[in-house]
Amino acid sequence: MIHAFSGNAAVAYAMKQINPDVVAVYPITPQTVAMERFADFVADGDVDTELIMADSEHSAMSCCIGASLAGGRVMTSTASAGLALMWEVLFVAASNRCPIIMNVMNRALSAPINIHCDHSDAMGARDSSWIQIHAENVQEAYDNIIQAVRIAEHENVRLPVMTNMDGFTLSHATERMETLEDQQVQKFISEFKAIYPLLDVDNPVTYGPLDLYDYYFEHKRQQVEAMELAYDVIKKVGQEYGKMTGRSFDMLHPFEMEDAEVAVVVLGSTSGTARVAVRAMRQKGIKVGLVKLRVFRPFPKDELREMLKGMKAVAVMDRSDSFGAFGGPVFSEVRSALLGEDVEVVNYIYGLGGRDIRQDQIEQVITDMSTVAKTGKVKSFVTYLGVR
Amino acid sequence: MKEKGWKECLWGGLIVDAGNSVLYKTGDWRSQRPIRDEQKCTDCLQCWIMCPDAAIKVKDGKIVGIDYDYCKGCGICCKVCPFDAIEMKEEGEK
Ligand code: SF4
Ligand code: SF4
Repeated sequence: MIHAFSGNAAVAYAMKQINPDVVAVYPITPQTVAMERFADFVADGDVDTELIMADSEHSAMSCCIGASLAGGRVMTSTASAGLALMWEVLFVAASNRCPIIMNVMNRALSAPINIHCDHSDAMGARDSSWIQIHAENVQEAYDNIIQAVRIAEHENVRLPVMTNMDGFTLSHATERMETLEDQQVQKFISEFKAIYPLLDVDNPVTYGPLDLYDYYFEHKRQQVEAMELAYDVIKKVGQEYGKMTGRSFDMLHPFEMEDAEVAVVVLGSTSGTARVAVRAMRQKGIKVGLVKLRVFRPFPKDELREMLKGMKAVAVMDRSDSFGAFGGPVFSEVRSALLGEDVEVVNYIYGLGGRDIRQDQIEQVITDMSTVAKTGKVKSFVTYLGVR
Repeated sequence: MKEKGWKECLWGGLIVDAGNSVLYKTGDWRSQRPIRDEQKCTDCLQCWIMCPDAAIKVKDGKIVGIDYDYCKGCGICCKVCPFDAIEMKEEGEK
């Protein structure tokens, strides 16, 4: 079916079609509308979900963990400070291998107070052992949520998944998008299989016991493995989804990379703007390509290296900074993935607190890359794009 | 007990065998040991009721000993004994 949906409406609709057992939420801009809409579905009896209005995001995630361990399919949604408040329990969810799906409408962190998009929230949670998928537009946001269920619940993975979309840019923008039929979604995600559920009283289990120097390390090593195995699962689920919808998904989505000499790496809604900039600069004779990083965790290091080796210069666009570090989080990882390759990798930090990123700015980035390619010289490895 | 590698253990420290705390010898933690004086003991069972580790062994309503595999040496039995029949001694002390 074709709809005109905002990101929030698309999230609520996807959740309605998934019909999770439990949703525990706390409101925060810009995702509140999604949960309001979902609450309507609950009130109207369109879903069987038990909706828990928690007293904070820390509690919301804690409820999700309990419900997930009890044996339910669980979802939630948050943004910004909400995600930050969940920080402690994000690790608990992942370590207990709860396949929770959480939508995050990426928003800047305080202070000063800002409600607009950047990726500081998601990047702050990058080490929590949650899978992170980023959407370019409302359609992808919807598609990612449906796929996330399969990825999270796969027996080789059993990790929570965070589906990210840019706050306001996507959450509040109405776009044309297509949805699946309810039965198609149900068939695709199939029935939830609880593993060691707490409510199976005939087979009692203990979750979260004291785990000191004798076993903690082993349990962390298992999470590393789950992330490794998630690669394959994410790719297969993306292909299968493509067969059903005509929209296939992968870890990375290259554009004009076949003969590219310089490249831009970007994630989220800026990918669309960057694609237009790449097209425009190709008209001007610059052999530039684009790599959209759809999945940030697990980080597709090998594929990225394959795609980018041989480039003369690569610009990595970061919509958050890691204060005091050498560049933003995406930059650090792309650069380490390319270790040993003869590629200049430079960083552009942009769009903090929702500062617009324009086509001409990305064109300037591409011009800079072309200069680096020609001269072999980098003026600055980290540039703050669009700051006064 | 040979410790398992990461490929052999269940995720997240999950425990699926109920009642396995018996495998954990909490007696390892003890720095003081309760010694019961059979002469003073009246088998009132106060210590048996209060011991947090079920380490006071009772048979047919009579104290038959203290299970040092599990006794953590907390000293509660000594404190509650109305007849001063239990004395705490440093481990290693004769
Ligand atoms: S010292 Fe504590 S654990 Fe040991 S027997 Fe007495 S009450 Fe029980
Ligand atoms: S509390 Fe004292 S007197 Fe009573 S059973 Fe225990 S050791 Fe004996």
